[in-house]
Amino acid sequence: MSLGQQVSDDHQLARLLQIGVVLEEVVESRAHHHIERLPADQQAELDEEVRTLLAEAADESADHRERLAELIERLDAEPVPYEEINRLVEAKYGQTAPEDFDGVLYDQLCNEETAYKFYDDLIEAIENSDTEFSVDTGGVLETLAEIRAEEEAGVEEVTTLMERRA
Amino acid sequence: MNTADQYLKAIYLAQSIEDGPAATGTLADMLEVSPASVNEMIGKLEERGLVDHEKYKGASLTDDGIVRAEEALQTYCIIERFLANVLEVENFRDEARAIQSVIDDTVAERLDTIIDRRAECPDCFDAETDACAFLEVPEEAPDPAD
Repeated sequence: MSLGQQVSDDHQLARLLQIGVVLEEVVESRAHHHIERLPADQQAELDEEVRTLLAEAADESADHRERLAELIERLDAEPVPYEEINRLVEAKYGQTAPEDFDGVLYDQLCNEETAYKFYDDLIEAIENSDTEFSVDTGGVLETLAEIRAEEEAGVEEVTTLMERRA
Repeated sequence: MNTADQYLKAIYLAQSIEDGPAATGTLADMLEVSPASVNEMIGKLEERGLVDHEKYKGASLTDDGIVRAEEALQTYCIIERFLANVLEVENFRDEARAIQSVIDDTVAERLDTIIDRRAECPDCFDAETDACAFLEVPEEAPDPAD
C-alpha cells in the first residue's frame, strides 16, 4: 500500500470512477430536489436565472456520469444506477436539505467544488501511478480533465451568481 | 485523505488498541511502511504540535492531534460505510484503505449525504475490527459446498 495518491490497478480505478458517478448523481438528484422541494414561499423567489443554473447543473452531471460510465464499462465494471442514488438522496434529503434559498446556491457551490476537487485528486493519483491499465490511460485522463474543467467553470458560474445577488 | 491524516488516524487507533502510546512497529505494520518512514513522519507531526513522542515508548496524540485524527477517522468511516452499504463491497476494509488517499474530506462530506452514520461517530469505530461497531456489512455469498 502507498500512503500517497496512487491508483494501483483496474479494479481501483473502476471503483474511483464509480465514486465519481455517485457524486454526479448526488448533484443531479439534489439539484432536482432543490427545485421541487423548497418551501412554497421561497419557490416564488427561485427566479429564472437560478432555475436555469440548477437545471443546467443537473444536465451537466447527467452528461458527466454517462462519460464516466463508458470508462467504467471499458474496465469491465458497472456504474451505479441513478435510481438507486436518487432513492438514497430522497431518503436523507429532509435531514440535509438547505434551509433557504441562499442555502440552495451554497449547496450547489459545494457540489461543484467537491466534484472539481475529486477529479483533480483522481487525475493526480493516476498521473502518480506507474500502473498499466487495460484502458488507454491518456484517454481516461483526457476525459477526466475535460470534466474537471467543466466543474471549474461551474464553480465560477455559481460564485458569480452569488456575488451578484449579495 | 493526505498522508499526515492517515498517520494521525493510525496513531489514534493504535493508542486505542495498546491503551498507551503507539509503538513505531505497530504503526509501521498498520500503515505498511518502514519503521524509518514512521519515525520521519512522527518527527514532522511533533514539529506541528500534533504528536508527542517519547523515546522507547511511542507516539501519543496531543489535543490538536486528537481533533485532526477524529476528523480523519470520520472521513474513513464514511468511505467504509459508502463502500459497504451503497456499493455493497464485501471487501470494504481493504478497498477503503486502498482508496482513502484519493478521497478528500469534502468528497466524503458529499457521500455522507446518502449514508446513515451514528451521531457518536467516530467513538463507535472499533479499532480491532477496523470498522464501525454498528456497521451492517453485506452478507457473504453462501459457500456452494455447504
